[in-house]
Amino acid sequence: MLSPSGSWTAIHAATLESLVDIASPTVRQRPNLKIDMADVRELDTLGAWLLEKISREASESGHPATVVGVAGRYEGLIEDVRQVNRRKLASRPIQNPVLARLETVGRSTFGAAEDVSVFLQMLGALGSAGLGVLRRPRSLRLKSLVYHLYQVGWRAIPIIALVTFLIGAIIAQQGIFHFRKFGAESYVVDLVGILVLREIGVLIVAIMIAGRSGSAYTAELGSMKMREEIDALSTMGLDPVEVLILPRIVALVCALPILAFIGSMAALYGGGLVAWFYGGMSPAIFIARLHEAVSITHFEVGMIKAPFMALVIGIVASSEGLRVKGSAESLGKQTTISVVKSIFLVIVLDGAFAVFFASIGM
Amino acid sequence: MEGSSEQFAIRVRDLVVGFRQQTVIDHLSLDVRKGEILGLVGASGGGKSVLMRTIIGLIPKRSGHIEVMDTDIDNNHDRDIRTAAMWGILFQQGALFSSLTALQNVQFPLRENLVLSEALMNEIATAKLEMVGLTLEDGDKFPSELSGGMTKRVALARALALDPAIVFLDEPTSGLDPIAAGDFDDLIKTLHETLGLTVFMVTHDLASLNTVCDRVAALADGKIVAIGSMSELLHSDHPWVKAYFHGKRSLMLQPEAS
Repeated sequence: MLSPSGSWTAIHAATLESLVDIASPTVRQRPNLKIDMADVRELDTLGAWLLEKISREASESGHPATVVGVAGRYEGLIEDVRQVNRRKLASRPIQNPVLARLETVGRSTFGAAEDVSVFLQMLGALGSAGLGVLRRPRSLRLKSLVYHLYQVGWRAIPIIALVTFLIGAIIAQQGIFHFRKFGAESYVVDLVGILVLREIGVLIVAIMIAGRSGSAYTAELGSMKMREEIDALSTMGLDPVEVLILPRIVALVCALPILAFIGSMAALYGGGLVAWFYGGMSPAIFIARLHEAVSITHFEVGMIKAPFMALVIGIVASSEGLRVKGSAESLGKQTTISVVKSIFLVIVLDGAFAVFFASIGM
Repeated sequence: MEGSSEQFAIRVRDLVVGFRQQTVIDHLSLDVRKGEILGLVGASGGGKSVLMRTIIGLIPKRSGHIEVMDTDIDNNHDRDIRTAAMWGILFQQGALFSSLTALQNVQFPLRENLVLSEALMNEIATAKLEMVGLTLEDGDKFPSELSGGMTKRVALARALALDPAIVFLDEPTSGLDPIAAGDFDDLIKTLHETLGLTVFMVTHDLASLNTVCDRVAALADGKIVAIGSMSELLHSDHPWVKAYFHGKRSLMLQPEAS
């Protein structure tokens, strides 16, 4: 005879579970078990399930229990709980760990190939949308383009200028500090000028834009994908690439060279200030030396890279945005992938350009 | 309608809710009896969801008094297991956690509020899923893989996870086909009977108002303008209620088919 009493409700879950654990060995041994529910004051699904579990255990061990004294208002609940959890999910076969590892490697290799094809697809779609716009210039989304130009260009200026100013200053300070040992302080102008104009200016700006605007593009397009806005556009006969992606990427391609220019100037300004206050080189001398040290070629090398980097950032951000699936988690994942991948590609592209310019002697 | 406070699951007195200059709920009073299914109707944008969200504490009120299960909502700041187990809410879009599977979604309130063994938690969550008419296989799916009707069922199972005394349903049958909506109505009715729930249901579905609800309250101009059984509401004189229940789409409710 088992007589549960009191409240068998979720609030007392911990106590109830330990009670059931204590009772279960006895239940398994005793034949003709009777469960008297007359004293149960409150019952919910959790309590009903625990009591059902006891009576199932009893019947499994060969002597089914009889349940008596169920209050009328709980009959339906107990009847319902009797139906549930009757089936076990077929357990999945455990995989060989070596095979599983091999499978992961294989899948990620195919994934890399897919990444390349996704990138090329987006480039192609963008190219065809661009040609379409060239043929019918009126189909260019001018309003959207200007809006994005404002977002990724104009609004990025303060932070870009600040960061590149600081980097220019740091390079100059380090240069002066170390060159002083050789008495070659004046060469810091060459260092700052060439480094900033050729490499650092555009690279730092591209990395910052990948983090600032690339992530925004991915998140925007991804949440549009999640809410079926992109599907809605396609069904209305509009090309999402032309409507959403082209203005964004064109804005980025226009904005990045300008930002790279502003960034390079801010870095030179920072370097000049440090050279003046820390190195004791007056601005007039700094500018004169800069004039000798850098040629227009260095500036061109830096600037030519900017639109290509913008294109890579834009394509990666857009295609990752379109790969977002239904969940909030996948939005976060694709945004992370977008930023990491575009920074990686920007640096790889910079390396490729360095090789290219070296071989043509620029 | 007179009676001691013991009979009421929700008591709302003189409630005022608004955003900036706009007043959405204007000195509204409403009682929901224990163990009844109350349907709330009102114009789109008329404040039905605002009223529901104010009762469950998601929107601050300007003035008034709300009591749920004899607990004053204002003075109840510590969110413990008792408040969590007081009500379950089915949001309009389901509001399932998209990074968890259906089964984990149902387990979530159990895991956060109770001390249970993993095995028991699994059993309870599966029991809930089966009670709302889903299978074990559905439990492993993610919310993005569920159909509209299944999403609502999982959301209902999650709302019921802690066996709350009251469930709030925000348009439970919207977006479902008539068969699925009818099944959902039956489900609410069955669960209401077996679990002894009080149900507060915001809905536009005339069929579920007719078949499921014990009483219907009509919200217009920020006030409850009519409350009572379906037949009482059909005879109400309020112009908005008349327009609502005697419009083209409501012909099936008329006692004598015209």
